[in-house]
Parts: sequence; C-alpha cells; structure tokens
Amino acid sequence: MRYLPLTPQDRTDMLAKIGVAAVDDLFANVPKDKLLKGPVNLPKARGELEVERILGAMAAENISASEVPFFVGAGAYKHHVPASVDHLIQRSEFLTSYTPYQPEIAQGTLQYLFEFQTQVAMLTGMEVANASMYDGSTGAAEAVLMAHRVTKRRKAVLAGNLHPHYRDTIETVSRMAADRLVSLTPNPEDAGADLKAVAAAIDAETSCVVIQTPDVFGNLHDLAAIARKAQDAGALLIAVVTEVVSLGAVTPPGAMGADIVVAEGQSIGVGLNFGGPYVGLFATKQKYVRQMPGRLCGETVDAEGKRGFVLTLSTREQHIRREKATSNICTNSGLMCLAFTIHMSLLGESGLRRLAAVNHANACDLADRLADVDGVTVLNKSFFNEFAIRVPGDAAKVVEKMAKRGVLAGVPGSRLWPKTKGVADVILVANTEVNTDDDRAAFVAALGASI
Amino acid sequence: MSMNTQGRPTSAGETGTAAAHPTFTGNKALQIEEALIFEIGRPEVSGVDIPEPKKVKSRLGKLARDEAIGLPGLTEPEAMRHYVRLSQKNFGIDTGLFPLGSCTMKHNARLNEKMARLPGFGDVHPLQPVSTVQGALQLIDTLAHYLKELTGMPAVAMSPKAGAHGELAGMMAIKAALEAKGEGHRKIVLVPESAHGTNPATAALIGFEVRSVPAQADGTVHVSDVKAALGPEVAAIMLTNPNTCGIFEKEIVQIAKAIHDAGAYFYCDGANFNAIVGKARPGDLGVDAMHINLHKTFSTPHGGGGPGSGPVVLSERLAAFVPYPFIRVGKGYALVEEGGKLAKGEQPFGRMSAFHGQMGMFVRAMAYMLSHGADGMRLASEDAVLNANYIRASLADLMSLPFGDQPCMHEALFDDDWLKNTGVSTLDFAKAMIDEGYHPMTMYFPLVVHGAMLIEPTESESKASLDLFIAALRDLAMAAKRGDVDRFKGAPYHAPRRRLDETRAARTPILRWTKPAPYAEAAE
Repeated sequence: MRYLPLTPQDRTDMLAKIGVAAVDDLFANVPKDKLLKGPVNLPKARGELEVERILGAMAAENISASEVPFFVGAGAYKHHVPASVDHLIQRSEFLTSYTPYQPEIAQGTLQYLFEFQTQVAMLTGMEVANASMYDGSTGAAEAVLMAHRVTKRRKAVLAGNLHPHYRDTIETVSRMAADRLVSLTPNPEDAGADLKAVAAAIDAETSCVVIQTPDVFGNLHDLAAIARKAQDAGALLIAVVTEVVSLGAVTPPGAMGADIVVAEGQSIGVGLNFGGPYVGLFATKQKYVRQMPGRLCGETVDAEGKRGFVLTLSTREQHIRREKATSNICTNSGLMCLAFTIHMSLLGESGLRRLAAVNHANACDLADRLADVDGVTVLNKSFFNEFAIRVPGDAAKVVEKMAKRGVLAGVPGSRLWPKTKGVADVILVANTEVNTDDDRAAFVAALGASI
Repeated sequence: MSMNTQGRPTSAGETGTAAAHPTFTGNKALQIEEALIFEIGRPEVSGVDIPEPKKVKSRLGKLARDEAIGLPGLTEPEAMRHYVRLSQKNFGIDTGLFPLGSCTMKHNARLNEKMARLPGFGDVHPLQPVSTVQGALQLIDTLAHYLKELTGMPAVAMSPKAGAHGELAGMMAIKAALEAKGEGHRKIVLVPESAHGTNPATAALIGFEVRSVPAQADGTVHVSDVKAALGPEVAAIMLTNPNTCGIFEKEIVQIAKAIHDAGAYFYCDGANFNAIVGKARPGDLGVDAMHINLHKTFSTPHGGGGPGSGPVVLSERLAAFVPYPFIRVGKGYALVEEGGKLAKGEQPFGRMSAFHGQMGMFVRAMAYMLSHGADGMRLASEDAVLNANYIRASLADLMSLPFGDQPCMHEALFDDDWLKNTGVSTLDFAKAMIDEGYHPMTMYFPLVVHGAMLIEPTESESKASLDLFIAALRDLAMAAKRGDVDRFKGAPYHAPRRRLDETRAARTPILRWTKPAPYAEAAE
C-alpha cells in the first residue's frame, strides 16, 4: 500500500519494543466477539491508474458547466477563477495544515484569515467579520440563533423571497430548538409586496427579520426602511446575499442598516463543486462581536514586539464554553477562505467592479433578448445577474428539453418550491461573465424550440 | 542523538551566531516579512483582465453602489509572492510530523486533489437537471455504501458539512425519533467529562439539557456510572469511542445495552473512528448514530481548519430520520428533496444546509478508500495504533502516563506530572518542540487530565521518522529535568514569530485592518 511506510520488519521490531506479541494485543479492549476476523466486504486496494479510471468514468457521466452554455444559479454561480488561485491553495503548507492552534508556526493561515475578515467587512459594509461559516445557508441559521442571543427573543420572520434552502436550513434548527418562525410565501411577481408582508409580521417578540438581496428571483431591495422598522421594534435585520459578486455593483447591506450580513462566498475563488465545499461570509456590528459564532482571528504582538496574528475571543467557542458556546462550530472553511481572499486580492476594487459590471450587462442583454421570445415574460423590475422568467407550461419540462438540446438553462420553480402555487412555470436564469453572445443566442434558440 | 545530526554537516564558521547579526530588513534569508495586502495593494490595480462590459440600460436602479469599497488589488506576480511567502510561515503535514491528538493529521494524497478537480465533479452545479449529474450521484451513493459497510450501519446521511454539523444531524435524528414515539419529554443528554467540546454544545443548541458522566481512573466510562445516570428523561448519551484519552471503551457493549434498555439512544462521536476502521464496526457495538469526519479518517486535507465533511451513519432505529436531500436508486439515481414523494417509513426531519453536502470531500474520501481498499484500510488502522503505542512505550520511562501502562489506540496520552518542579509547563514544552522542527501535540485536552499532552502520529509516519521524533522528545524531556528552563520559557526562538500575546488580542480585539490615521491626526 503506497501510503503506508512501515515494513513487516518495522512492525515486528515495534511490537517487541512495546512488549506485545501481535498487533491484535493492542486491541485488547475491543470485545473479542466484536473484532472483525477479516477485511470488510469492499474491494481490494487499487493503484493510482485504476482509481483514476474508476472515478474518471463517474465524472464523465456528468455534464460540467464549462462544456455547455450554462445559466444555472439560485445560490451557486459559475464564475471564472484565475489559475493562480488553485495553484496557491494547493501549496502544501496551506493545504496540509490544521486549525492554527500554534500561532508561531501558523502565521500564514492567520494572516490570510485577518485579510479575509477585513475584505468581508469592507465588502458587506459592516464593522467586523468572522472566519468562517460552512456556507451561506448554515451561516443564515447561525445568524438567527445569534439574533436570539442578542435580543433574548425567539421569533424570526423570514421573507418569502429568501432562498428556500436557506429557509429550510433555518427551519430545521428552529424547530428542534422550539423557536418560532414566520415564513412568508414566495412572490415572484411583486418583490415589494414581500417586504411589506415582512414589515407587517414584526412584533414585540420578533428577534430578527431575514431578507435576501438580490432575492431568490433576482430582485434588488433597498433595506433601509425595513431595517429601521425592525430596529425600532427591538429586532435585528439579517441580510442574506447569495451572489457575492453583486456587492461589486450594488449598495451593500451594511450601508442600508443591516445588523448582520450573511453571504455565500462561493462565487469568488471557490467553484461549483456540486454544492460544496463553499464558504460562508458572516459580518456584523462591533457591539455584537462577542455574540458572533465561529472563529475569529485578531492582531497582536509577539515577545519581541513584532506584529502577529492569533485566534481570539475563543471563550465564546465550544471547546471552552461547551454547552454555553455561541455555536458548536469546530471546523471552519479555512482553505475556502484562502481561495476567496486570493481571488478577491487579484480582483481588487477595480477588478471586482468591472466583473460585476460585466455580469450585470450580460444579464441585461439576455433579459432583453428573452423579452422578445413569444410567450416568455421577464418578471423583474430590477436585478443584478439573475432574473426570473415565466414560460408557458411546466418549467421543469422546458429545462429538461433544453438540456437535451445542450443548454443548461436555469432552475425551474418546482425544483425549489415543489408545493407552492404560481412558480411551476418560472425559471431562474443566471448570466455571469462566463457566458458569451453565442451562449445567449443558444439559450434563446433552445428556449424557443422547447416551449 | 538530536535533530541536528540529520543530513550533511556544514561548518558553523567562526563569525558568531545568527542572533549576534540581526538583519537590517528583519528578514531571515528565506523567511521574509510580509505586509498585509492592504499595505501593498492599490484599489486601481487588478490581477485579472476583464473585458469592457456591454453598453446596456442598467437595471440596478437607485441601488447602484456609489461609494468606494476600499479593496486593494494585486497584480498576479504580486499575489503569487504574497501568498507563497505567507505559506512559508505555516507548518503542514507535508512540512513535518504533526502529532495533534484527536485531529488526525495523516498524509493527504495528491491523487485525491486531482480527482476532486475533474470537471465532472468540481464543475457541476447542485441544481442542474438530475439527468445531467448521474455520475456525481453515483459517487455519493457508492461512498454511502462504503461508509455503511465499514460501520455496520444500515443508513447514512451525507449532507452535514463538518464533524460538528454531523453531530447536530445525529442528535436531530434522535430528537425526531423521540418525538415520533411521543417521547419528547426526554430532554437530558449524558456527556462524559472527557468529551469533545462540540458534544455538549451540539446537544444544548437543539434544546437538550446536558448532564455530565464521570470518567474513571482507568480513563474509561463505566457502565455502572451510566446506569446511575439513566432515567426516564434521558434522551441519549454522547460518547466518543475510542475516547479522547486514546482508549477503547471496554464496557461499550454493556453501556449500549443499558442505554437501550432505558429507552434512550447511543450517539457515538466518530472523530476517532480511524483507530478501528476495518477492525470493529460501531453497528456491532450498539451505536445508533455516529458522524464520520472524512477529513480525519479518510484523509481529506484540513486546509488550515477546513473544509470538513461529516456524514452520519444511523442504526435501524434511526434510519427513517435523515435530513434532506437524499438519494434514491431506481432507474438511475434520483434526489429526494423537500416536498418530494416519500417511501413508506421515511420521516426526514428537515434540511441541514443548501445543496447536497461536501462533494469535493466525498471525491477525495472515495479516492482514499479505493486506494487503500478493504485490506489497506484495516492495515492503516493497525499501523496507526502500532505507531501510537510505539511512542508510548518509547517515552514511558521519561514522561508520565495518567492511566498507567495499558495499551492505547491511535493516540498516546501523557500528563504533566513528570514536569512537576521543573519550572516548565506543558505549553513551554510544546513551544520548545517547535524549535526542534515539530508541530506540538494537542495540549490541555482532554480536560480531565492535568496538563494533558495527546500525541497522535497516524499511520503515515515511518519508523525512522518516529525514532527521530522520539529522540527529540527525549532530549527535550531531559533538558527540562536538568533545569534548562530558559530553553522552554523563551521558546520558540526560531519560528517566524516568538510567543504571541493572546491576552492582549482578547482584551483589545483588533479583528480587521483599518486605514492608519494621517500623521498629523495621529499626533494630536
């Protein structure tokens, strides 16, 4: 076995040093009748070449985003990641290191976490950010729990146009913890009405309202009024951003008064990965920092007065506070934070703004073209790089037909809301910088032929 | 024998020590000081060339961003140098022996990385039509089958994103099962004192009340203590096996039976599963739910603390209570999500996160399993246990063992009894290891042992590498006993940073870079 360095002679010598006759003597605490007599019923060891063939065959059964005109979004986005990002995250000292428990020999990890926290705070318009959450959806659930801690209330109001997977993730924890939740119904037609319904649901027991912008249908929201309304009632505004590139083009939630911003960072540096690993961004106001879940990196000095970085405020964390911890999070998404921070450093302010502008322009171009297709309606008044269209008939069937024509078209409403009325003929369409004019033409043609 | 005898000897010369000649720049040859990106980057610079956007009518309305963000940009060569230099200030498993007990720092095969980056895995979207991701679903289903075989459990939930998230899923399954039986009044979860901190945190998160169970003088939990703590309000026990003291819980079968007889469930923390893969199956021991840290047991890289992946295996009693989404195999692979049609008996309790879990980690774990095979995984566990016991036996005459000279599993636990009256603390000892080229062991954990030092070498260390490590620890131990206190108190002397002031970081937290005040303003 190519990964196991001990030779049979080594094993013999080591057993002698330990003073036992056989390796099974070291397993003496395992009840005799529970010790397996031979290997489990799985295949025998394979060489590299064979493993590549087996997994290569499975990989070949999938259509990858780069092979076809690709317009699928709804919380995960296809963007181009510079080659240097993947190269750098595969540096051994990053890839094979652990949580930076020994700061003197983990300054690489700690410094990039500090850089990451700063970038996230700047981007979201907030004062502080952590490092980090598993992804945007689990970050949203953590934000709700944090709002409960801050306000000492246990009722959350979720906007109807919040990504349903985020809603479900929050709901699972809330139900188990016996918290109360008001989940509104999605409204693809009138995004403003959704915000009004949220405002109406706020009462003296509300700990927080959770609103996504751009929302799951792509609509942009000015959160200033709802932030004031929530805060006047003693509740927090949690803003969710599932497409972080949008923050290069639109007013950040922090500037609109959000108390907590949760975002999915996958778009920057991470890649699609069929749903994970991703990276959650989590930012808040300075005054709430000790209620924040997850890991934090802070600046300090060493014994010679040189600047250095350490994990800090760990008294909030599970390994110190145990049942009183702010969360049970242990592993973070360190390497994904690194990918994010490298890509963001490469983009810089000018690159991010340009990237966002190209995304927006491409999406506008596609929306204009689709508006001209017979029977198709674009539902949005505003959007960034994703919008919703209504098609005649069952959207899932249309998307499937388009896939057969070699275009991955978007997410049909029934995939996200199998039981909700009024969305089965909706398709969420994302258009990023990777889509060309030809891709958009192919989309229009395939859609025309599939409805 | 010490570390310095490795390799070709070089002459020390006659011009004094490094300390007598500090450099002008603060750099030390290949160790170069590196500023923050905010100090070297400029907002107008970018390392990515992006075409001019098309001219269109904006749909951003009044929400178009008007204020500067302040993000610095780096060109590609600047970024390469910045992050390569940062990487050089890090210790990883490819740098040297990384004996962090309970963290399992084993070799990360690069084949796994290559496989995870195949476009058919790395570049597919979680919501594209199921007909276009049959291979990805097949991989998840195959991995699920492997995990079930290795644990002897009938069901597995794949979507949890890390070990602690898997714990949460397992405890949610238990809660859902109790509620389905009308036993929602069971609110107490028993957790041994020696447990991972995530265990009580997880139980508390979903409304359970945590009650402690003692660990006895031999380092294990005794069935008599469990029986004494059981009652009609107990929902479950959360036990780690092999436990955090590096010992297999020898009364585990009796403990499981006592728990089941009392109508409660047995949650096993699977963080240490790597000690028994292919040797014993949790399902045979009476476990109801156990998370598996793919990043520990199946070698997906830790990457500075994550991403992890924490599938949860479930017993027959809990098999119905899985989170969404899950895979159903029929004519091809189907995904069952919220609102989907359920088969008889299926009672999913909700969703743990958007999408299907850590696909990238699934591929890496699968590549690891195929590479080892059933035979190799069993041997890996044996070698991990052998290596840990070799270290225990080789240091037992110098360092003290809290639970006597009994065999350990994959990690050897020492305490600080042997450091008494030396003036050297566990922390000091660990920092001195850094100077010798080793990552320190896990310190002060488990909490039940005073000054704990938990050493986990894993199976990927050779005997030669263990012998060098043992020699270095013996040299250090003797230095401590000799009273060479300065070597320890001042350590590390040779790391990129000397000891860092953690108290200051916590008292006056600086959690982000801020633009320095202009000179005139700062002077006021």
